[in-house]
Amino acid sequence: MNGADIMVKCLEAEGVKHVFGYPGVAIAPFYNSIYESDIESVLVRTEQSSAHAASGYARAYNNEKPGVCAVTSGPGATNLITGIATAFADSIPMIAITGQVKTDLLGNDVFQEADITGACESFVKYSYLVKDVNDIPRVFKEAFHVASTGRKGPVLIDVPIDVQQATVKKFEYPDSVDMRTYKPTVKGNGAQIGKVIKELEKAKKPLICAGGGVLLSKGRYELLSFAEKHNIPVVTTMMGISVISTEHPLCFGMVGNNGKAYANKAMQEADLIMVVGARVADRAFNHPELITKGKVMIHIDVDPAEIGKIAGPSIPLVGDAQAIFADLGEKEYEADYSEWLNILNEYKVTYARKRNPNPEYVDPAAFINILSRKMDKDAIYIADVGQNQIWSCDNVCVREGKFMTTGGMGTMGYSIPAAIGAKLRRPERMVVAVCGDGSFQMSMCELACAKQHNIPVKIVVLTNNYLGMVREYQHFAYNDQYSVVDLSGNPDLERLSSAYDIPFVRVHNMDEAPEAIDRFLANDESYIMEAIIDPMDLVK
Amino acid sequence: MKRIYSVLVENRSGVLMKVAGLFSRRMFNIDSLAVGETDDPKVSRITIVSSGDERTIEQIEKQLNKKLDVIKVKTFEEHNSINCEVMLVKVKYNRNNRRDIMEICDIMDAKIVDMSGSQMIIRVCDTPQRTAQFLSQLKGISILEVARCGTLALPKCEN
Repeated sequence: MNGADIMVKCLEAEGVKHVFGYPGVAIAPFYNSIYESDIESVLVRTEQSSAHAASGYARAYNNEKPGVCAVTSGPGATNLITGIATAFADSIPMIAITGQVKTDLLGNDVFQEADITGACESFVKYSYLVKDVNDIPRVFKEAFHVASTGRKGPVLIDVPIDVQQATVKKFEYPDSVDMRTYKPTVKGNGAQIGKVIKELEKAKKPLICAGGGVLLSKGRYELLSFAEKHNIPVVTTMMGISVISTEHPLCFGMVGNNGKAYANKAMQEADLIMVVGARVADRAFNHPELITKGKVMIHIDVDPAEIGKIAGPSIPLVGDAQAIFADLGEKEYEADYSEWLNILNEYKVTYARKRNPNPEYVDPAAFINILSRKMDKDAIYIADVGQNQIWSCDNVCVREGKFMTTGGMGTMGYSIPAAIGAKLRRPERMVVAVCGDGSFQMSMCELACAKQHNIPVKIVVLTNNYLGMVREYQHFAYNDQYSVVDLSGNPDLERLSSAYDIPFVRVHNMDEAPEAIDRFLANDESYIMEAIIDPMDLVK
Repeated sequence: MKRIYSVLVENRSGVLMKVAGLFSRRMFNIDSLAVGETDDPKVSRITIVSSGDERTIEQIEKQLNKKLDVIKVKTFEEHNSINCEVMLVKVKYNRNNRRDIMEICDIMDAKIVDMSGSQMIIRVCDTPQRTAQFLSQLKGISILEVARCGTLALPKCEN
């Protein structure tokens, strides 16, 4: 038995069924060992995709277990960096394994050597450079524990090739983790919880602002039960979109620069805001001082460093959203917020976004709404990055399913590999990736991965032959000087789909949309649907 | 506001880089940084002097605590702690100023630890303020090299 066998046995002990990756010499011992195991290796076409696929894989099953990716040293590892950074910004549990050059060559700038633990330091939750084969079981046990507890995130394990090749007599996987430096707080402080209830009793216009942390803690049910019990309206950040069904009477949409005007209005007028599992970043909270000024701001987060980082709360509450809302739910108090809800429901009508779509093209807003309504109730919708992301966030109908996107890092090309990972984890669910023609081309090589591994992914491409989000920014900020955003040279997607043997449909206008969507969704098979949208359309 | 962070860390390779990197990445100041092993060889203590507004000072402590190699963070102010810095100064001397230098060393509690016909090394072990004061006393004397270890600090004794 060698180190690589031990690595695979560790993955088996953690219940890992799939590993996304790309081999190379420095990780060859690991790929040799995994060949003999029951773990299925999924060959992506570029390393970055392996991390996005692992992210989609983890998210599709409530982030319970980390997704795993494994690539080689040097360029393989550096290609993975964007995927690791994306998982870090989105707090997605992930184990990234990289091969490394021989221990005695480390630091000599040899072929395919990159200091990957050093390079990734600022966007991993933790990293290991394993120098002793006997450390492998402890390192893996710790890595899985760290990645999937507290504020979740990626953990990097860098294993030199000689450590993978070193002989080991026996394999023993530790039962537990003993890390004196890592003990995340799960349960909220009782006194702070009492204060929250007292403030809620006094409040006239309370509002819950739910972020991705609610999904990461699996606290969706507890939060909703609490909101429903007391009739408290809920807005979300981009990462928190599927915390509450968009059809729910207490749902008042996404906040922020690209959010619903009535959600932002609710944030402005609320006298108490509970920010839950959100890092108060600029996209969602453009003017963070507004959520504290003249209001009670309660910040609930499992990561104490997030609390007070940008906006100082009246009541800080460290802990896991699920545990805290379970505790809050047990407290009884009386308050009537019906007047506040009436006001918000009026805003929903008066502040609804009005669009004036060009009838000669597909209206992306209406199209996404129809698409998501026709999708299965529990489907997984994955939005890429660009105007497509904003139209998705603004118009998607989420019921019992999931809405996934990289709201933290905003990495173009996320949706296709994430969809591959999600579908592999939840084969029974319908998985649809929605991207633009820019983001599609960043990951279109993964069509081969989906085909090779028989993973049916449905991909919508909103084509406008522009990098629309940047073009829109140039429209507002640079007086319509469209610099380097023209996507002339795009491939013919029909012929591209046929090259990959994937059925294809092109939609030119809204009249064609419903039928095309029906065809697109009809079977559990890969499908590419291209919607031609107005190149000059704006999300704002 | 000035703060001293006394950070106990796992004595592993790369930990200093992680802690120092955290400061530069998050735009926190480092006025001084000193590191060394403790009585437990598995544990090192990093002493960092930093400054910033109230939010920054709180964030520094929280971000340090978030690092998985950090065992414990203690934050204190200068007046609640005993501060000390070691400095080595190599100077060029001549017959005319030799006495003066020795006198300054005497007054400032510094020690001449090495000497040749034209150079001497003076060791100062004092508070950071007095260390700086010593340097300014040497004005007019040709200083060849200065090495300072950075502030070391421990909170004052409790009853």
